[in-house]
Amino acid sequence: MNDTATDSAADGNGVGACWSCHGPVGRVALFCHVCGALQPPDRSDHFRRLGLGARFDIDDKDLLRRYVAFQQRLHPDRFARKSKKERVLAERHTVSLNEAYEALKDPLRRGAYLLQLAGRAAPTEEARTIDDHDLLMETLERREALSEAASLDAVATLAGQAAKEEARALAALEDAFAADDLDEATRLLTRLRYLKKFAEEARARRAVLAEQPA
Amino acid sequence: MSTLLQIHEPGETPLPHEGERGIAVGIDLGTTNSVVAIAPTPEPEVLRDMHGTGLVPSVVHYARDGSVTVGSGAAAKMPEDPANTVASVKRLMGRGRADLKSLAGTLPYALDADDTAGGMVRLSVAGRNLTPVEVSADILRALKTRAEERTDSKVDRAVITVPAYFDDAARTATRDAARLAGLEVLRLVNEPTAAALAYGLDSGAEGLYAIFDLGGGTFDVSVLRLEKGVFQVVATGGDAALGGDDFDHAIAERLLRERGIAKPDLKAVRAALATARRIKEALTDADKAGGILDIGGARTEHTLERKELETMIAPLVRRTTAICASVIEDAGVAPTEIAGIVLVGGSTRVPLVRRAVEEFYGRAPLADIDPDEVVAVGAALQAHALTEGEGTLLLDVTPLSLGIETMGGIVEKVIPRNTPIPVALAQEFTTYQDGQTGMTIHVVQGERETVDACRSLARFELKGFPSMKAGAARIRVTFALDADGLLTVNASERTTGTGAQIEVKPSYGLSEDEMIGMLRASMEHAEEDMTRRLLIEARVEGGRVLAALGSALAADGALATPAERRAMAAVAARLKVAIDGEDRDLVNGLIEELERVGKPFAQRRIDRAINQALAGHSLDEIEAGMAPEAAPEGAAARDAAGTGS
Repeated sequence: MNDTATDSAADGNGVGACWSCHGPVGRVALFCHVCGALQPPDRSDHFRRLGLGARFDIDDKDLLRRYVAFQQRLHPDRFARKSKKERVLAERHTVSLNEAYEALKDPLRRGAYLLQLAGRAAPTEEARTIDDHDLLMETLERREALSEAASLDAVATLAGQAAKEEARALAALEDAFAADDLDEATRLLTRLRYLKKFAEEARARRAVLAEQPA
Repeated sequence: MSTLLQIHEPGETPLPHEGERGIAVGIDLGTTNSVVAIAPTPEPEVLRDMHGTGLVPSVVHYARDGSVTVGSGAAAKMPEDPANTVASVKRLMGRGRADLKSLAGTLPYALDADDTAGGMVRLSVAGRNLTPVEVSADILRALKTRAEERTDSKVDRAVITVPAYFDDAARTATRDAARLAGLEVLRLVNEPTAAALAYGLDSGAEGLYAIFDLGGGTFDVSVLRLEKGVFQVVATGGDAALGGDDFDHAIAERLLRERGIAKPDLKAVRAALATARRIKEALTDADKAGGILDIGGARTEHTLERKELETMIAPLVRRTTAICASVIEDAGVAPTEIAGIVLVGGSTRVPLVRRAVEEFYGRAPLADIDPDEVVAVGAALQAHALTEGEGTLLLDVTPLSLGIETMGGIVEKVIPRNTPIPVALAQEFTTYQDGQTGMTIHVVQGERETVDACRSLARFELKGFPSMKAGAARIRVTFALDADGLLTVNASERTTGTGAQIEVKPSYGLSEDEMIGMLRASMEHAEEDMTRRLLIEARVEGGRVLAALGSALAADGALATPAERRAMAAVAARLKVAIDGEDRDLVNGLIEELERVGKPFAQRRIDRAINQALAGHSLDEIEAGMAPEAAPEGAAARDAAGTGS
């Protein structure tokens, strides 16, 4: 596509040029209102991409419904009879939608993303150290108890306690975001990450115990 | 004013020359049997032979005189000529010889041991040296011929199903086989997904579904979510070497033991397997069944009780439910949350299997559609959806994790399995030595933590970034998987912008040269097909440009001067004629010409919109009332991002 003077001339006025009919089209429009051609995805954040405001408290079912409704319209398979250009654009849309949905559907990732939008470092992937002394002690104790658990029942008890803790922390996280208390949200996200990791370790321990002959 | 331009509804650009393409079919390319179906006619229909049989045994016989027989004819030749009869070739798709140690002694045909040309395994049959891709192509050709005879039309495109856990190499091998057979693959669809499609259309139900697929040679289980005509794969798992054939083997071993044969030859094994299968099938309805084992005219009689069979196969069935449990856990749901279970594959007729499924999920499975044909029916429906751009939409996930090798042979996952595709994900890596100016990117696929336990897909070099201290370079590796699961890997050093890119062609696949050679040998007109496809693309594009101009003139025609209108109409008329012709370059040239003469008109349309915007009207505001029914969310997105209001 040769980007013409028309494209740049329109900059900054909320008006872009449709790549297909070259007429004016809104910057955030999905389709051209004149010729119906699919427009390239804009640089929305993940919430906006799915028609949502940036908030932690979102309904899983509603999120899924939105994701599916957008896919219905934008997936490349829907453009099987259209030109190659539109199929390529559709693919870009779908990539963005998938990215948005994946980032939002899991509360931990959603929380981390909200912090990122607020310009804060999210405490998920890279953090290898724990600043929170209480959390450190709690985690060490929990792990020790797990490594000493000799029966499936003992592992189940520990995993059950951790799951309860996780539910409690998740509820508190929702409150923290609602109150716009980002420090508390950061702390809770770190806590949740460790609880989640513990759940994985408990599963692994359970698998080891289940395999051992009684 | 003359109407040289046809005006279409926005988005309704018609595809020119529709009749020139052949029809698209759905193909279940199975380990034991294959099935071909078409949809809708008005109902999806399995294409049968004159005896009403839909199943084509996935068996190919190669005769010394060069003739090739596929299906029941080939299966009939198996007892007398086992060394030149290839069955279960699907198990070899995309496999290297190293993968096959476990299978080696069990295959009746010889694997070529001397081959060093490539990683792909080769078969020595009837004096020929064949890849599994070529054998599969022979099966596909037979299915294509059946479809063409039944429908009396050209068949040139297909949706082909593959097991959900098929890796990149096996998927590419399947694609290559289709190309050899003269079929364009519209999409490789996972078998369980296809089965769900077949049911989804009939029932229209929403919720979570488990698809339990136990075929002859492979086991697959998937959890899918059906919501408003969209299928989403939530999680999948399976075992590439577990199926009803294993049941037959268990029975056959017992028969041979009873017969007192310690070291059976090929003929004895084949005969025992055939008897075993008959006994197994009889035990579906009977508590006790007998069969005669005939090896070279010497006959012995054997009986087996269903209870005994169930004891033999119980460990195999337990493996299937253990995999069900891990897939359910991946999906993050409880077995009771599953709204329905679909049974696929002939082996699900075995009563113990049905009982185990029912026990695990706590409800009786669906089996209204013949479990041997349900996958092909779903594939046909998807072929229809993909050629028409309507119908059920499939949102697929990547079945296996993709990652790169890091220090110490550890795999760092870039795209975890079960990620929805298409997708593009990036990760940053750094150097581990001072002064390092290059890096090998080794792309692997699999779930294990170490490189040697995963499958190697590709290697490439990122070279020529400036020397830096260890850990200072920022190498961003992006994995992009398109809707067909084709992987492109991109690496760049961010502080300097040095970049490299590779389209991953799995190392076990055929090289492009081998492929072209085979295409020539098979007398399919590859180049002609390619030229044809480019011409069709150009025609679609030309139609798009004409329709877009038509829409623009209908909306803002007053902004064009009479001279401009004449100029555009003249070029448009020539383009219309060119679209009816065969000259692709002319079509493309006129498309550019039309865009050029239309430029002043386009500029005036933009200028007017800007002036309106400056006068206080946001374009988004103007459009808000005209949003296509993209679901209310479309409008919501627009509101949230509204610029002027």
